[in-house]
Amino acid sequence: MTEIFGIPTQALFGQLLIGLINGSFYALLSLGLAVIFGLLNIINFAHGAQYMLGAFCAYFLLNKWGLGYWWALVIAPIAVGITGVIIERTMLKPLYKLDHLYGLLLTFGLALVIQGLFRNEFGSSGLPYPITKELTGGHNLGFMFLPTYRAWVIVASLAICLATWFMIERTRLGAYLRAATENPQLVQAFGINVPRMITLTYGFGVGLAALAGVMAGPIYQVSPQMGADLIIVVFAVVVIGGMGSIMGSIVTGFGLGVIEGLTKVFYPEASNTVIFIIMAIVLLIKPAGLFGTQK
Amino acid sequence: MILEVRGLHAWYGESHILHGVDFDVAEGEVVTLLGRNGAGKTTTLKSIMGMVARRQGSIRFKGEELIHLTSYKVARRGVAFCPEERGIFASLDVEENLLLPPRIAEGGLSVERVFELFPNLKERLRSQGTKLSGGEQQMLAIGRILRTGAHLLLLDEPTEGLAPVIVQQIGRTIAELKQHGFTILLVEQNFRFAQKIADRHYIVEHGRVVDMVPGAELEANMGRVHQYLGV
Repeated sequence: MTEIFGIPTQALFGQLLIGLINGSFYALLSLGLAVIFGLLNIINFAHGAQYMLGAFCAYFLLNKWGLGYWWALVIAPIAVGITGVIIERTMLKPLYKLDHLYGLLLTFGLALVIQGLFRNEFGSSGLPYPITKELTGGHNLGFMFLPTYRAWVIVASLAICLATWFMIERTRLGAYLRAATENPQLVQAFGINVPRMITLTYGFGVGLAALAGVMAGPIYQVSPQMGADLIIVVFAVVVIGGMGSIMGSIVTGFGLGVIEGLTKVFYPEASNTVIFIIMAIVLLIKPAGLFGTQK
Repeated sequence: MILEVRGLHAWYGESHILHGVDFDVAEGEVVTLLGRNGAGKTTTLKSIMGMVARRQGSIRFKGEELIHLTSYKVARRGVAFCPEERGIFASLDVEENLLLPPRIAEGGLSVERVFELFPNLKERLRSQGTKLSGGEQQMLAIGRILRTGAHLLLLDEPTEGLAPVIVQQIGRTIAELKQHGFTILLVEQNFRFAQKIADRHYIVEHGRVVDMVPGAELEANMGRVHQYLGV
């Protein structure tokens, strides 16, 4: 069997693949957080719960209405995004004039309530969500076996992340968003409905979390705890990338997923902490994050 | 009259800033608000634009009441604002800054025409907006609102901190805009500059308009104006 640094290639590339899968979810979730933080200045602690809602939405669509994975990819982000719009309009909007801490506390409380309700109803063990038949199976690449669904998740996440980056950095709508991040009052005085843009941005960020939840269902199972398990790592990714930085979230998300995966191969004991160690080092050297700018 | 302001009061939090401002601007006029620092000139412009949350009184633009409208609705009715601090966005390049305000009506200048007025901008399209010199930033701040098709331009101290040669260029541009049919309400501390371009001057003191001097009579009333402005 071929080895690299004394590690069998199957094991090395297997862990690399798991790292890329985790990185895909880190990137998608931290991207949503970055978009929301950039415009609303709110650290959305409910993001993990909204990711879980996306997965549950897919589960309900399949088991109650017989609508499969592809429908869920469209419906769940819209449905959960609409709940985000309602949350922004009714709960977050009154907090904009207060310290950012209030938004964090509100979304943290919301996350606890949503997760608690789902745990009460569905218990803590995961519910199965099958891989759609179009994406079952895999390919033997010689040095490793690549499951089709996992390849799809990586490619789709990367495509969604890059499309979001393009939309924000290269389009007129993105220019409105970036300008409103700096001076919302002036952007509004140019004739742009900034409050509506803020609401839709929150809805979009929440929709991204839900989309990640749908894609995660077949890999991690659908569980009320799935968001809580992930969100702390995702916040570390956001801090390392730079709060509010779109490209920072994407690069750091995938990069840290790979580093975490490789740590599992070379020094498994550190795999759960490596991201937080990197976060501490980055905060010491570059407090605004790798791609962030000091305000 | 294209703009009629009557009994305008405005507050920032608990601070009562405007105490019943009254003035008019006719279509195609250039009108200045002159006054000392803190007199309420900028607050008057921001109140017209809907950027001051708490305000009372009446602001009629082309006969339509604006007092209860938020700023994006005021902008869509044809009023454009160029702030004193210029409001150039650091995360946008010059072209993005220039194209940022959406067109709200026909009749705005084309981008090519803006470049004719301010050739420097064309050479620096890909530069970060805030990397421009103060004068270029002011050109960009004025240029971007000329595209929108707004009929009434609110310019807040466009000459502040600029070199005399740039001030002259801004003055020539405002004169050209007047010829083009724009109506301009200008806040200025530099009344020598205002004297050359304005049809009328309103003197603002302690949140009220206390006097009006026609442009042609400014020279003859210089003593009175000096008294108000404390120069």
